[in-house]
Amino acid sequence: MTNSIEDLEEADCILAIGSNTTEGHPIVGLRIKRAVMRDDCKLIVAEPRHIRLCYYAQQWLRHRPGSDVALLNGMMNVILSEGLEDEEFIRERCEGFKEFKKVVEEYTPERAAEICGVEADDIRRAARTFATADSAAIVYAMGITQHTTGVDNVLSLANLAMLTGNLGKEGAGVNPLRGQNNVQGACDMGALPNVFTGYQPVTDAAVRDRFEHAWDVDYLPGNPGLTLMEMMDGAHKGDIDVLYIMGENPVISDPDVEHLKEALDKVDFLVVQDIFLTETARYADVVFPAASFAEKEGTFTNTDRRVQRVRKAIEPPGEARDDSWIIAQIASRLEYDMGDVSAPRVMDEIASLTPSYGGVSYARLEEGAITWPCPDAGHPGTPILHIEKFTKGKGLFSPVEYKPPAEMPDEEYPLILTTGRLLTHYHTGTMTRRVRELDELVPRNRVWVNPADAERLGVEEGQEVAVQSRRGAIKLEARVTEKVGEGVVFVPFHFGESPANALTNPALDPVAKIPEYKVAAVRILTGKSMAGIEYSISTI
Amino acid sequence: MEKIHMNIDGKDIETTSDRTILEAARENGLRIPSLCNEQRMEPYGACRICLVEVEGARGLLPACYTTVTDGMVVRTATDELMRIRRTILELILSDHPKDCMTCESTGNCELQDLAYEYGVKDHRFRGEEHHYEVLADNPLIERDYDKCILCGRCIRICREVQGVGVYDFVNRGFDSVPGIPYNKPMMESPCEFCGQCVSTCPTGAIISIPSKGKGRTWQVEKVRTTCPYCGCGCQLDLHVRDGEIVEVSSPVMVGPGQGNLCVKGRYGYPFVHHEDRLTRPLIRKGGELVPAGWEEALETVSKHLRKAMDGKGPDSIAFLSSARCTNEENYLLQKLARAVVGTNNVDHCARL
Amino acid sequence: MSTDGKTKLVLGYGTCGIAAGAAAVKEALESELATGKYDAYLDIAGCMGFCFREPIVEVTQADGKSVVYGDLTAKRVPQLLEALAAGEVIEDWVVRRSDDPDAGEGDFLSNQHRIVLRNCGNINPESIEEYIATGGYDAARKVLNSMTPEEAIDEVGMSGIRGRGGAGFPTGTKWGFARKAKGDQKYLVCNADEGDPGAFMDRSVLEGDPHSVIEGMIIAGYAIGATQAYIYCRAEYPLALKRLDIAIAACHEMGFLGKGIFGTDWDFDIRIKKGAGAFVCGEETALIASIEGKRGMPRPRPPFPANEGLWGKPTNINNVETLAAIPWIIAKGGDKYASVGTEKSKGTKVFCLAGKVRRSGLAEVPMGYTLRQVIFDVGGGVREGKEFKAVQMGGPSGGCLPASLLDTLVDYDAITATGAIMGSGGMIVADSSTCMVDLARYFLSFTQEESCGKCVPCRIGTKRMLEILTRICAGEGEAEDMERLEVLAADIKAGSLCALGGTAPNPVLTTLKYFRDEYEDHILRGKCTAGVCPALITLRIREDICTGCGACAKVCPVEAISGEKKEPHSIDADTCIRCKLCLSRCPEEAIYAE
Repeated sequence: MTNSIEDLEEADCILAIGSNTTEGHPIVGLRIKRAVMRDDCKLIVAEPRHIRLCYYAQQWLRHRPGSDVALLNGMMNVILSEGLEDEEFIRERCEGFKEFKKVVEEYTPERAAEICGVEADDIRRAARTFATADSAAIVYAMGITQHTTGVDNVLSLANLAMLTGNLGKEGAGVNPLRGQNNVQGACDMGALPNVFTGYQPVTDAAVRDRFEHAWDVDYLPGNPGLTLMEMMDGAHKGDIDVLYIMGENPVISDPDVEHLKEALDKVDFLVVQDIFLTETARYADVVFPAASFAEKEGTFTNTDRRVQRVRKAIEPPGEARDDSWIIAQIASRLEYDMGDVSAPRVMDEIASLTPSYGGVSYARLEEGAITWPCPDAGHPGTPILHIEKFTKGKGLFSPVEYKPPAEMPDEEYPLILTTGRLLTHYHTGTMTRRVRELDELVPRNRVWVNPADAERLGVEEGQEVAVQSRRGAIKLEARVTEKVGEGVVFVPFHFGESPANALTNPALDPVAKIPEYKVAAVRILTGKSMAGIEYSISTI
Repeated sequence: MEKIHMNIDGKDIETTSDRTILEAARENGLRIPSLCNEQRMEPYGACRICLVEVEGARGLLPACYTTVTDGMVVRTATDELMRIRRTILELILSDHPKDCMTCESTGNCELQDLAYEYGVKDHRFRGEEHHYEVLADNPLIERDYDKCILCGRCIRICREVQGVGVYDFVNRGFDSVPGIPYNKPMMESPCEFCGQCVSTCPTGAIISIPSKGKGRTWQVEKVRTTCPYCGCGCQLDLHVRDGEIVEVSSPVMVGPGQGNLCVKGRYGYPFVHHEDRLTRPLIRKGGELVPAGWEEALETVSKHLRKAMDGKGPDSIAFLSSARCTNEENYLLQKLARAVVGTNNVDHCARL
Repeated sequence: MSTDGKTKLVLGYGTCGIAAGAAAVKEALESELATGKYDAYLDIAGCMGFCFREPIVEVTQADGKSVVYGDLTAKRVPQLLEALAAGEVIEDWVVRRSDDPDAGEGDFLSNQHRIVLRNCGNINPESIEEYIATGGYDAARKVLNSMTPEEAIDEVGMSGIRGRGGAGFPTGTKWGFARKAKGDQKYLVCNADEGDPGAFMDRSVLEGDPHSVIEGMIIAGYAIGATQAYIYCRAEYPLALKRLDIAIAACHEMGFLGKGIFGTDWDFDIRIKKGAGAFVCGEETALIASIEGKRGMPRPRPPFPANEGLWGKPTNINNVETLAAIPWIIAKGGDKYASVGTEKSKGTKVFCLAGKVRRSGLAEVPMGYTLRQVIFDVGGGVREGKEFKAVQMGGPSGGCLPASLLDTLVDYDAITATGAIMGSGGMIVADSSTCMVDLARYFLSFTQEESCGKCVPCRIGTKRMLEILTRICAGEGEAEDMERLEVLAADIKAGSLCALGGTAPNPVLTTLKYFRDEYEDHILRGKCTAGVCPALITLRIREDICTGCGACAKVCPVEAISGEKKEPHSIDADTCIRCKLCLSRCPEEAIYAE
């Protein structure tokens, strides 16, 4: 997030796009609701599904899954043609405007309407609301990123924010909501194939030098490594011999599960380090019992870049050990001494190697959270980014053309499947589905079907149906609801017994390598046609 | 905001004109008792415990509701105020169960604390008492309106903070009580089970079922930590008793949630103690994963890593780190990959 | 009044008249007149004030002479019309006659000073033309066309009128606050949520002269800068609501409401919001919450509605009676209004006379009258010649004053000094058959039931007071109960959130003050001297009077009365449940309570 969670309450307009905020990020949802309820903030929700946030919205744009670029270009076309852009901001702080403008000019609201299914006048109204607000914030989540055009989508949002001068000030910004407690931190820490901590490129020799020196090694590789999806492809091809997985459950969370299971089967040696024998761990050759969040010291960095403490409250069960100890043990068996791996000491090491974490220390964290960038011990932290200027000089407008999703519905698979979260469950369900009370609240998976589609298919509320894509099929209960539009079905991905990701399309965004979870072509089968479909990833 | 000077109980203080008397007092270390006030909500002015005397004002004013003005002179503990507070507490207690022995909230009850502080026993105003059915119509939240003092905090937090509005008062006068429209069970209401109502209830009227009977406030150790679920980063207090997490709360006005949580943050902790937790390393032997010692497991893994490093080379090894693990663990894993194994094949599910 | 050479019949057609049978009378009159036999026509009007003689018809001859007839029935209509045709007067039915205004019940009217009620009973409330014919809407036209808002506020300020809803805050000052408050939108609200038991001033005005209220609102809206107004009227007043609807529609047609009213560029409109009859919604902030669609519960003040009212915007709230007086004040001048009344209480006040008073009805008197004048000269004293015992002023928020205070002036401060309040104008007269403890208990049961439940002192405190009073009436009072009542009352008054709780103890406090002996009788001596509280009375039959007719034994539900025919009967006190059925049935009045 460029701005803080609290800062959303300062916004005069919020565009929530591709984020079911009240369920995916409930506490951010509270801020948005309060901004609307208390301070008359105008909320625009752009979302194919009717989500709870729609109840608070001044305008709900039900665009087709995967048509975000068209919708946003349409809005920006209106802003430009009506002269609502922030000329000074564009002139002083941005570049690439001309090229960008040329592309956007092609997207009249009428043309955008045709692609995204939102009335041209509604696009105009949303554009005006956003552009005329004193401060307008953009909030997005996986509904924007999990597309083959994920990067394009994000760039379009950045374009919109720059076009209206909504960066570097209160109540504004481009605010991605990170789906997991420490996605931000894992990225910050260099758990990415191309960067060290603090996004320092592995390709930069000077950076490598510094790390080599600090880590006391002769050589660090300078070629970017494989992304998760590439690793799986590599495993398929036999390039990956050992796969070491710490605290992840790709068998449920990754797209095209069948493909992934084959990959895991092909890996020579699979190590999984987790707190449960997850669906993934069942494929492992060695499983390390790890400590849960309550059993160790450490820090998480949340979605608005706030570094906060994790504290040990109880002992791990049995012989389970925290991940740091396990990693250090492996290292030492590979003849590398990681030294003291207690969390405060490791943080000191991180701070010494990571400019944006330079001022982070456990002593300071006792006083409260620190929001990075925090370069030194005296720095107060940075709740709002890009205040005077962009971190990387000028803001670059990117001309972005609409591209359709990789797989569009056709005669054979006539429905669009989109996936997402429910409030009560979390990610692959490893944790929440082991909480009896939560599982009682929402005990089973359901596919949401629009009443018109349901009628055509002869599907009734509560009936068992199968959803099938080119990659797999699952059986589950139907929920007939207008919350999904005609031609669209929704399946949450928390349920191992009917995993949405057996259906999803592993097609990747060419840059970010994010799979297209939000659009896949599927069909619904009922009665006898379901025969033979039995999904069985062992449930928790 | 305008700076102003005022006097509370003889103490000159400086504050700003947007403050209420209660806030100004609190910020200056002066305590004015209150029951219906809570920082997460707009002031309400119902319990009348925080009434104070303001020089020149007609009648007594609720400190929670009255904004300060320059030169204001406030008295918070005159004989009349103390008498009224006692009467109010006595009146509340006259329609309140005296079962503090078994009440879930003992030790964590604002009514109990005030009754204790003001030395109030209920004897002067006995009369009719309410006896409602205890409502446990869902797995998480139990409501016992015998203990309700009608401060409206549950109603207001649900409406003002959660933006949902599950409850409102029903009936009038002495029979007023919070309720869900048409007395529907909670499961059929729009309730999101965030438990914000539980967190603000000043008595034992709304409690969390999973933590019932599991520990008094002084029997638990509270450990401040960060929620392990989504990216919001809400601050949690884990209530630990005898090595078990028995409840989760969130410190008010601290962190992104300011004391508010969602259903996962507040009630999603028992997985930690689930019987499925891995307690020993497992090694695949003869196609089966069987328990093994750490030494054997670590050796096996190191051996295979070494073999791959020496064989096809470091890039035949890949590491998946975790958005669920701490910064330090992520750091160490990528260090393991890069410095020890020698590969940049490290990623995590940021994209998923 | 011109009658076009015909005889004009005006039927009192307010709720009081209809309740007494005016609908049937109307039907009979219409069908008789339809025969064409009589040279007369029929019109309706609101309540004339003579509620105690409804249904009422005022007959105005072509020469202007008029006679008001009361106690009409459909059966009596032909007889009335025959007499008219014959030029005769049916003396027995006369309530008032213009050629001898003080005769009969005439002094009920001639002792009044009617400003607010100037049109009530005189014009057809469903006809805007009749209102305009009295000079109606001239004041609004004058204000909008030739006065600044400040001038209008000054004029009202000069009149000295104080809010007639009960609190008596100077109206001009209140308008000034709302005028000065900053806000892009301001609201005006007419508080027509009349809730005191036995009070019906507002209803009568709305039913009898809705246009005067609307005109008052137009002026007030202009003065404070509000373009949108609400009338908050209880749904239990269907006739008032209907007449308001008719009046508002007529105003739209005439260009008195809507865009650019009276040919100016000023917009002003009125919406009606029906209340569900919660007493507490008469309180400003609860009323606002109710209009906003929330549960009607008050909030502390400040901030006052003048700064933060409806939807958080500056809002001015005035009572019906106040607003109805405004056109008169503008038309005749604030100084004219101020010439009536006392030093600090100007103008007139409308009272609803109820209870044991002989002439129950609606009366408007100048401030400065004594209570004695109101109750005896206007109200005709106590019914059945019984002795005056007390008057409850200001409904459940008010107090009970004894005979010794009958010379108290109708004046805000004078009445407040007694422990009662002017209130909205309810006056309930009690005679020797009224138990003052029971009366206090009744009023407290009302406030307790109507408490919104928000604050502790009102919700639980009044409940405990009620329980104490109930047990005193049941003969189970304890010696400490009077002190308990006083302690509770003091803390409830000081501690309650709104005026409902803040005034709820008043009936108890004033009866404790002025009728303490009755409490002592109940608690210490086990007696209810008024013979009201069942647990404390014994019913007896006077043997010397009883004729042994057996009527009492027949009605007794528990067969407690026995006796030989034609012999004096007796009541078995152990079986008797003191329902008093026998007492009311005895033709000889031989049964008494002690």
